[in-house]
Amino acid sequence: MKSYDIVIVGGGPAGLAAAVSARESGIESILILERDNELGGILNQCIHNGFGLHTFKEELTGPEYAYRFIEKVYELGIEYKLHTMVMDISHDKIVTAMNRTDGMFQIQAGAVILAMGCRERPRGALNIPGYRPAGIYSAGTAQRLVNIEGYMPGHEVVILGSGDIGLIMARRMTLEGATVKVVAELMPYSGGLKRNIVQCLDDFGIPLKLSHTVVDIEGRERVKAVTIARVENGKPVPGTEERYTCDTLLLSCGLIPENELSRSAGVEMSPITNGPVVNESLETNIPGVFACGNVLHVHDLVDYVSEEARKAGANAARYIKDGCKDAEAGQVIEIAATDGARYTVPSTINLDRMEDLLTVRFRVGAVYQNAFVSVYFDDERVQHRKKKIMAPGEMEQVILQKKKLAEHDGLKKITIKIEAE
Amino acid sequence: MEKRNLTCIGCPMGCQITVEFEGEEILSVKGNTCAIGDKYARNEVLHPERTVTSTVYISGGKLPRVPCKTASNIPKDKIFECMKVINHAAVKAPVKIGDVLVEDVAGTGVNVVATRNVEAV
Repeated sequence: MKSYDIVIVGGGPAGLAAAVSARESGIESILILERDNELGGILNQCIHNGFGLHTFKEELTGPEYAYRFIEKVYELGIEYKLHTMVMDISHDKIVTAMNRTDGMFQIQAGAVILAMGCRERPRGALNIPGYRPAGIYSAGTAQRLVNIEGYMPGHEVVILGSGDIGLIMARRMTLEGATVKVVAELMPYSGGLKRNIVQCLDDFGIPLKLSHTVVDIEGRERVKAVTIARVENGKPVPGTEERYTCDTLLLSCGLIPENELSRSAGVEMSPITNGPVVNESLETNIPGVFACGNVLHVHDLVDYVSEEARKAGANAARYIKDGCKDAEAGQVIEIAATDGARYTVPSTINLDRMEDLLTVRFRVGAVYQNAFVSVYFDDERVQHRKKKIMAPGEMEQVILQKKKLAEHDGLKKITIKIEAE
Repeated sequence: MEKRNLTCIGCPMGCQITVEFEGEEILSVKGNTCAIGDKYARNEVLHPERTVTSTVYISGGKLPRVPCKTASNIPKDKIFECMKVINHAAVKAPVKIGDVLVEDVAGTGVNVVATRNVEAV
């Protein structure tokens, strides 16, 4: 069996940044396994701009952002295999994969970095009534058809869900000559970034209907019309139906981390993020198995994916060089999210292994205006920061100082919550 | 006097800004909570600009389309004219990031450039 120090599952933004960082931390033997025919992941089809403002201080398109990292992988001579599907990761880090050249093969990994990304929630998971004709696509599928393959999925479009991909596709389809009639959003707020609502919908006069959902799809062969209705208390309100003739329905209704491999490896999962539970080193409950990017929790900006993945890569490198240090040894502090904060990544901190500064990322469960992000060390409030606005569509963060944690004798639990005052 | 309501995109706040203007002269900016909003509102009312991203037909390459962008912002009212030119353009592989695919698109003085490498096959 071949062996590598670090095997990275996925060659998208997370996998690439993790690989570069692990190499820069001194690990020679690294292998990236990617199932697509090229590196870069979903960024290759995100041809719009707005990426990289934090990482590179300039506004790049998705392919340009990806290429900055791909170029680095080439320069550093990091090994990768394309067209390669990972089938299994065992508890003792034997990675089973297959492709057309090598067939089925196994690799003993010293450490594994999970960077598989996420997938769109499909129609089957949405319980939309109506027929099942052609013309219903997830927004990301439509994005691939238009931007990579050069096909138009339709001409008259209704979009369900106001996630960023849906908003971006509303603009993209409009630019290519389609008519986007409406974007319906089940929630009373958009799940997308404000700039995308302005630049993708308002610029083209596309209406956004909040608290609306699809209640009927017509058409046996091809979509003929879609009916939407207002939603109150989770139920469509009779009499508020509006029918739109169209040939295409795009779905942008959330992203789900793709963790089949993690689960079968025995990685402990969070029911809230649908991603692995990790400690301060972005390490799962299996020593030497790390996670980063959208497989860990769905991010709003790729810049934060890259930042997180660099940490995972450096931590995996440290694990290889220093050997397995028991994550349970030493003082372990739990991080809890309550009162409007939905989850945190990471969810535990081993004080011995913590770096001087640790970024804890989380999301809120509703829209908050002029509320406070508070951090408690056990029962004592140690951070209290006012935010003008917080929304579920955007990630929040707090930064913890190791020095402060160490000063607080016998600290057991850190709580992050949203407070009105 | 004209009046325009805008949503600021300077940050996630999304302030609702009302701008009053006459011709090229801004009379008032209201509703913003910081200087970014003021600047955004003034530009947006008088000279709104956008970067356009799309794809161009490419022959002899590993991909059927090469993604592209306008090298800088163009006036907002030129977006569809720009798209028309982009949709009629055709280039030959290989193409590298930054290569000019269309010069001076729609009389804006701005080039359309490739945003990824496409190797020839």
